Amino acid sequence: MKHETALHNLDQTAMTASQPSVSIKELDLSFGAVDVLKGLNLDIAAGEFLVLLGSSGCGKSTLLSCIAGLLDLTDGQIFINGQNVTWAEPSERGIGMVFQSYALYPQMTVEGNLGFGLRNAGVPKAEVKERIARAAKILQIEPLLKRRPAALSGGQRQRVAIGRALVRDVDVFLFDEPLSNLDAKLRADLRVEIKLLHQQLGNTMIYVTHDQVEAMTLADRIAIMKDGKIMQLGTPDAVYNQPANRYVAEFIGAPAMNFVDGKLSGTKLSFADLSVDVADYPFQSAPGGDLNVTVGLRPEHLIVGTDQLQSAATFELTAEIVEPMGADTLVWSTLDGRRFRVRLDGQTKISAGDTLSVGIAVETLNIFNAATEQRL
Amino acid sequence: MADISYPTDARGAKPRRVMTKGNVILWSTLAVILAYYALPLYVMVVTSLKGMPEIRMGNIFSPPMEITFDAWHKAAFTACTGLNCEGLSRGFWNSVEILVPSTILSIAMASISGYAIANWRFKGSEVFFTILIFGAFIPYQVMIYPLVILLREIGLFGSLWGLVLVHTVFGMPILTLLFRNYFTSLPEELFKAARVDGAGFWGIFFRVLVPMSLPIFMVALILQMTGIWNDFLFGVIYTRPDQYPMTVQLNNIVNAVQGVKEYNVNMAATLLTGIVPLTIYFVSGKLFVRGIAAGAVKG
Ligand SMILES: Nc1ncnc2c1ncn2[C@@H]1O[C@H](COP(=O)(O)OP(=O)(O)O)[C@@H](O)[C@H]1O
Ligand SMILES: [Mg+2]
Repeated sequence: MKHETALHNLDQTAMTASQPSVSIKELDLSFGAVDVLKGLNLDIAAGEFLVLLGSSGCGKSTLLSCIAGLLDLTDGQIFINGQNVTWAEPSERGIGMVFQSYALYPQMTVEGNLGFGLRNAGVPKAEVKERIARAAKILQIEPLLKRRPAALSGGQRQRVAIGRALVRDVDVFLFDEPLSNLDAKLRADLRVEIKLLHQQLGNTMIYVTHDQVEAMTLADRIAIMKDGKIMQLGTPDAVYNQPANRYVAEFIGAPAMNFVDGKLSGTKLSFADLSVDVADYPFQSAPGGDLNVTVGLRPEHLIVGTDQLQSAATFELTAEIVEPMGADTLVWSTLDGRRFRVRLDGQTKISAGDTLSVGIAVETLNIFNAATEQRL
Repeated sequence: MADISYPTDARGAKPRRVMTKGNVILWSTLAVILAYYALPLYVMVVTSLKGMPEIRMGNIFSPPMEITFDAWHKAAFTACTGLNCEGLSRGFWNSVEILVPSTILSIAMASISGYAIANWRFKGSEVFFTILIFGAFIPYQVMIYPLVILLREIGLFGSLWGLVLVHTVFGMPILTLLFRNYFTSLPEELFKAARVDGAGFWGIFFRVLVPMSLPIFMVALILQMTGIWNDFLFGVIYTRPDQYPMTVQLNNIVNAVQGVKEYNVNMAATLLTGIVPLTIYFVSGKLFVRGIAAGAVKG
């Protein structure tokens, strides 16, 4: 139905295969004097699973609401399937949305909830029934159709909420922290189901979360946001292994990355009494002269034990606190006056007060310009 | 620590002492308050069931020696109110005719304005809301005369619909506030979900919000029904004698200057007038409290 009105402003050149499913251009959004989003650009490919990741209050939900059409933009444009939907109603955009609080209509049955959007769009009764049945089958909520939301568990409610987007045959699914209200086990289960659903349907999905595990496991690409700006947009692998700046490096990974102040002169990196030749480091732009840098070392990339022969440098640490977590053990120490974490195999025997020899490999280093905090 | 003694046989639930000092004060205060409200009611009921000779004997607290409903019958159907001698029955129907449209109209308008202010935030909605709240604090005596002129100009002065309009207008500030607070307390994501589902202004209101707002509609209903039923001032000012509401007619019966004071008829008439709000409270007391509590969660 939505295609009829769209036909006459259809741009032929936009029909090529590379056309993004959702495209955000120079988006500004302010609440009164507060600028929440500023000049934001983002292209999302058809069928892509994009995760918006960031700490609370960075503007993720606001961005999602803009895409959904629930907020009027201060400036900028939004395109969905090549159509300029900046002024379109939420229901005219071909999107479905799933909320953290489920937002099911409490006085309607599950069936009523699923069919509400279709009835508003004037879809014939028989087709409504058919589409509800299909969605219920995919989500395995067929036995629940006659129940009210109050009689459902959290996981079931969220499934119904997903179903509400599913029945409408939308091109783009928007998720706003859909799993945050669920307990840990259910969250893991439903996370896998959402991934399966994406593989099965192949829709574009935009997924907001503050949970990096969700982000890493679900995403084709992750956009890490801070204060309404995208700090890095890349695959989970890129975001983890080549964080573009110090914020991303610190945000991604648990336990968090260690940071040490250092100096870079040509290919000689010195920090905390160490001197390492970093000729093999994949510099994005070769730095000239002396430079103050911050060196980032992931606790799980530090080399302990027999593999240290390959290390570019080794140093000694005193274990101050030991946290055994079963599969692995986290050791807290201090390097150059800052907290320093090392992740060891769970079988390693170590206790507080022991000395630990740690090695580093050049290819796992992260070197940031100390002034700009950008990756070198 | 040293002077605390721990009973060695302590086990299970801690026994509660009934006659503590606090309890005695609490219960005696409650008893006094109860007497304060219940005693006059008791006197009214027994007096209305007595004949005049018995009343003249002066024992206002004694129960009737012989129960008679004559006074009730007279109050309802034959007492003279100045213009006619039809008792309160005419006033009752006048009040019903005023009550029903006023209640429906005021709740309909207030719920829709409250919804618009809470959920749609149109340009100037904050200003509109502020003015409305301000309206709730203006003494309504100030507006009585201007309203008389206004109603005269639009040709509704002295008519039942004029009074309905007045009740609706005066109910708006507090009711709109009530509905607005209730609707803002509902999860915002529900409203967003309905918009994504393609429901419009009215669709969201009638199919999503109203069905989950029964408690607050009950509160509004009770506030309006009792308020409008108990109104005296507007009834006298804005209607003609043949349309006077029950309260005004009650006053005319009770304050009639000629003849002897028939206390039993007066009491029966007063009780009759009070029955409607009383019934409403009894029937819906629980819902009322629940609604007030629900609205108070967030404002
Ligand atoms: N309706 C609003 N009015 C004013 N400020 C808002 C409103 N909604 C969100 N904000 C502010 O915008 C910022 C981003 O909010 P949000 O997008 O909800 O963050 P999150 O990334 O946690 O989803 C926050 O600082 C929040 O206080
Ligand atoms: Mg949010």
